[in-house]
Amino acid sequence: MTGRRNKNNHWLSTVAIVVSTVVFVVPFAFIALTAVKDQSQAAELDFSWPRNFQFVENLVAVVEARDYMLIIAFINSTVLTVCSVALMVLLSAMIAYVLARRRSRWNGLVNFLVLSGLIIPPAVVPTIWVLQGLGLFRTMPGLILVEVAFGMSFSIMLFRAFVSTVPRELDEAATLDGAGPVRLFFRVILPLLRPVAITVVVVQSVTVFNDFTNPLYFLPGDDNATVQLTLYNFQSQLGTRYNLLFTNILLITIPPLLMFLFFNRRIVAGMTAGAIKG
Amino acid sequence: MTTQAIPRRRRRPGGPYPLWFYLPGAVVYGVLFLAPTFASFYFSLTRWSIFDHSFIGFDNFVQFFQEPALVKGFTNTFVYAVVTSVSKVVLGFGLAVLLTSRIVARGYLRSVVFFPVLVSTIGVGLTFTVLMNPDTGLINRSLALLGVEGPGWLTDPSLALLSVAMVDVWKGVGLATLIYIAGIVSIPQEYFEAARVDGAGSMGVLRHVMIPLARPATVTVIILSLIGGLRSFDLVWAMTRGGPGFTSDVTASVIYKQYQAGFYGLSTAGNVVLFVVVTAIVVPLFWFLNRKEVER
Repeated sequence: MTGRRNKNNHWLSTVAIVVSTVVFVVPFAFIALTAVKDQSQAAELDFSWPRNFQFVENLVAVVEARDYMLIIAFINSTVLTVCSVALMVLLSAMIAYVLARRRSRWNGLVNFLVLSGLIIPPAVVPTIWVLQGLGLFRTMPGLILVEVAFGMSFSIMLFRAFVSTVPRELDEAATLDGAGPVRLFFRVILPLLRPVAITVVVVQSVTVFNDFTNPLYFLPGDDNATVQLTLYNFQSQLGTRYNLLFTNILLITIPPLLMFLFFNRRIVAGMTAGAIKG
Repeated sequence: MTTQAIPRRRRRPGGPYPLWFYLPGAVVYGVLFLAPTFASFYFSLTRWSIFDHSFIGFDNFVQFFQEPALVKGFTNTFVYAVVTSVSKVVLGFGLAVLLTSRIVARGYLRSVVFFPVLVSTIGVGLTFTVLMNPDTGLINRSLALLGVEGPGWLTDPSLALLSVAMVDVWKGVGLATLIYIAGIVSIPQEYFEAARVDGAGSMGVLRHVMIPLARPATVTVIILSLIGGLRSFDLVWAMTRGGPGFTSDVTASVIYKQYQAGFYGLSTAGNVVLFVVVTAIVVPLFWFLNRKEVER
């Protein structure tokens, strides 16, 4: 009985490994192989071993293209990701904390707005209109605030679930010791939210770093280009230099890959948060 | 001190949880999300250019549902959302069952299936545009080795939208799988044992234990992929830009095209349409699926 089952599983495992490798690994292998080929071989677009490796040349060519556009783009994307995620974590944690702890007539409204933020597609041109009115259109701070506004709902949901697991006795003890609300939150509660804060940071960093639509609408122009916009524009500018296009794709895949290698569990925890409660 | 004189139970209303903690987040959300959403209802009724806007009633919506290019984008939105959601539910569940069974290299398989979720949509889109090229693409070359003549995935007007949807499933199925795995793992072991004692085979366990008890996961997957599918823009734009012609346009790409062309009123009308569609589908569905759950 057990023997037969094991045999079946080995057969099934082999099929699963082969199929998943072909479907999911080959595209990435194709990216990596094309990124190290020379231009003429890359143009053949086949799945073959590179005749001569010239990854360094490709890398230099991509980085130097259009006056070091890629460097500027990486700096812009980093600033955008770091600032918007930091703000998002702070504002969402404050909201989730009060939302989970205090019963007031605002709770219903706040919960409704959190759900709305998850469901409603943002109105694009009116947002540009508002940003223009504030003088923030085509500026990095404007885009950062937009990312915060659009990403807050999901972060609040993650924080809220976690705050309710922090015992209330801590609040009472800290209050008795004379801590005001601000000190209580920043010195006692926020450090305890660290595990979920890491989850929020990792998931939202990947989201903001990979975001294409919002920079396209709210931060157009070459000076401010983010990595996703640069990649998108590269395809028309590079023409048939596929080795360079795929070097660019490879470079853009590295940050999420690092996140995945170091924070796999955190990402999984954040992304499956709704699965059990529904 | 006075605070110590007051008995412990009679603290300030709300205790140490000040309502002004809502304020910073509420300002950002209100100004950059709520206000534009409300403004969109008004602006969708105007002819709006960079300089001014004038009220024209429902003309934008009439145009939206009369011009073939825009109507195509509207219907495509549904096709795209339904195809991707159904595929993610079916494939995600199947993969999750496989990956929670006794199988070699589970960790490898999970990682490989999940990783595309984290990769840039534009990167994936551009890569598959190359792989799906009818003559030089890797997919059709492999099919040719098997003696099959591959179609023009992105150049055939009747196929372009479905090809993009396929890539969306390729990129997104890992998330559905993870959600299902979390759902299946949380099913108490006793149910499986009870089913086996009652003589259920593996198909019986699947039908009477796993599918009904993984229901919260199914709800999450359906809701998430419908919201994502109805709003989808990046992938369509990276792969086809709505082409050939406008055969693979979706509402979100129509919104961008009208914005680029300077028809801000029409673009905003598209946004309102998308808002109505998403809420009209997701809210009742959410309510219905969760209600059924309570009854069970």
